[in-house]
Amino acid sequence: MAKTLAEKVWDAHVVRKGDGEGANAQPDLLFIDLHLVHEVTSPQAFEGLRLAGRKLRRPDLTIATEDHNTPTLDIDKPIADLTSRTQIQTLRNNCAEFGVRLHSLGDAEQGIVHVVGPQLGLTQPGMTVVCGDSHTSTHGAFGALAMGIGTSEVEHVMATQTLSLKPFKTMAINVEGTLRPGVTAKDIILAVIAKIGTGGGQGYVLEYRGSAIRALSMEARMTICNMSIEAGARAGLVAPDQTTYDYMFGRPHAPQGADWDAAVEYWDTLRTDDDATFDVKVDLDADTLEPFVTWGTNPGQGVSLSASVPSPEDFGDENAKAAAERALQYMGLAAGTPMKDIRVDTVFLGSCTNSRMEDLRAAADIIRGRQKDPNIRMLVVPGSARVRLEAEAEGLDKVFKDFGAEWRFAGCSMCLGMNPDQLEVGERCASTSNRNFEGRQGKGGRTHLVSPVVAAATAIRGTLSSPSDLDPAPESAAIRTSAA
Amino acid sequence: MEKFTTHTGIGVPLRQSNVDTDQIIPAVYLKRITRTGFEDALFSAWRKDPAFILNQAPFNAGSVLVAGPDFGTGSSREHAVWALKDYGFKTVLSSRFADIFRGNSGKQGLLAAELAQDDIELIWKELENAPGTEVTVDLVSKTVICGNIVAPFEIDDYTRWRLLEGLDDIGLTLQHEEDITAYEATRPAFKPTTLPARLS
Repeated sequence: MAKTLAEKVWDAHVVRKGDGEGANAQPDLLFIDLHLVHEVTSPQAFEGLRLAGRKLRRPDLTIATEDHNTPTLDIDKPIADLTSRTQIQTLRNNCAEFGVRLHSLGDAEQGIVHVVGPQLGLTQPGMTVVCGDSHTSTHGAFGALAMGIGTSEVEHVMATQTLSLKPFKTMAINVEGTLRPGVTAKDIILAVIAKIGTGGGQGYVLEYRGSAIRALSMEARMTICNMSIEAGARAGLVAPDQTTYDYMFGRPHAPQGADWDAAVEYWDTLRTDDDATFDVKVDLDADTLEPFVTWGTNPGQGVSLSASVPSPEDFGDENAKAAAERALQYMGLAAGTPMKDIRVDTVFLGSCTNSRMEDLRAAADIIRGRQKDPNIRMLVVPGSARVRLEAEAEGLDKVFKDFGAEWRFAGCSMCLGMNPDQLEVGERCASTSNRNFEGRQGKGGRTHLVSPVVAAATAIRGTLSSPSDLDPAPESAAIRTSAA
Repeated sequence: MEKFTTHTGIGVPLRQSNVDTDQIIPAVYLKRITRTGFEDALFSAWRKDPAFILNQAPFNAGSVLVAGPDFGTGSSREHAVWALKDYGFKTVLSSRFADIFRGNSGKQGLLAAELAQDDIELIWKELENAPGTEVTVDLVSKTVICGNIVAPFEIDDYTRWRLLEGLDDIGLTLQHEEDITAYEATRPAFKPTTLPARLS
């Protein structure tokens, strides 16, 4: 029978088929190839194992790092916040007790869990990847079935290396055409979420397809898959191809020698069969896409940067209308205001969505040789210690520092405002992260989700801006089109 | 896990869509390493507003939350479920739940019952017209009763069975440990392991 990519990966991991069919179907038991662990959603799971006297079944398929609750300054000093310090220490103790590999703060492989896995070559096509973090969907960029799980499921995977999962429906997101200069993967996914809504992908696995997706780099594909959860989908993936193999080759945990050849032979089978059918298809035109930005308090409340803040009256559905009214009030915005007139206070370049080398390079290319708006505070937080090192080797840290941005150590940082990197009440931020929820980046903070190049242009002009709004810089490099 | 068969308690109308888990429990409370004691964290930003529904009697004693569509979106934090339970909620009614939240609820014995939006609207009106009205959520018959309203709800059969029996997921899976071991023996050699660690 013809299958979609997601169905192939699913079927290859069935340990035990659930009994029954249709509404009475029991879930399948699936094997998990890689379990990523961090400090925030794991302590209660480790404690559960201890209380039940259970072992962690496969330490050799588990890896931990510290990211959510770590500082991005003074990382060589003890963490000032006692509760945070205790949480980090708890992860260290648990990993030592259960034999889990841990990359701690200060280690060259420490960083955001979804940056670290691919970087080490641990994320590979056709795998099942889970983590107690909803942005695990990031790893779908490799053609892996990757999903976020709650702490009870974290404990379940620790104890059994499996998950009981309900079957999903499949949705094709077809993106055809060529992105214009200054338009990026981030704009594609923000436009997709605006189109299908925050619940549109609920119960589905998304497969991103089409010429515009094929033309993207691996890091750009990660940006897209990362935000599948913002459309309600637990997982989203892209079929592996030569771009994937080129990215993987030579990474520390990529297969080597004969294993590489065997792996590629298998990976080549990981694509949706021509005669397979999706439950739903959605089309997006890459040719006409513009830089996209959010105006509201959920990631589906977005528009083209050249548009204006919508009016609640624009929404037919009563719930959407009420949500828009509430969002405008929280965001301190009036309907009809051009998005480009919105002045921001802070620019955040970072998060598992946009903190990799290409993101930093794309932003650096915009700001090089230009001046920051003096009223803007800009934070640049590399996704991992390795990214930070590579960026410094290219001199990007100097570009950011000369511009007046703060060059920080790796972590989730202001994406979720768990560590000291937070917005003040009423502060407005152009952020390359993934969530614009009320208070997400700090109590009372206001978030506009943007791409790295829009973030960079905004830091220069002080108002939400696209690179095309900038005056030519004296010796600026051409704006990259496909990156980020 | 405690068994759930039926529950009757004061209904709380939360007329809002897209209640994300950052609203249910902000990240600052996620620094704790315990599984309980999150009652103060529930909706903590909204509870600062005296007009918020949980700051009004009799809703502050509610145990059945009746929310708008797309409840529990965003972060996978199970702390959201712990906070709802610690506050005293036994069940949440909505026309659409985020997948991860729904899964987390099922693991923790919080019943996430999916109703038609029309029925949610009727229940909202009833609860607003007669604050303190009790809502009965019967998992055996998959029915919600509120005043004169009788509405069916959806829940997948597997979760329903586990809730009715109060079954521990890990224990159930470990009954099939032989299957897991057999599967492990068939995994291709090219699949990666995290140990021994290889570094850049």
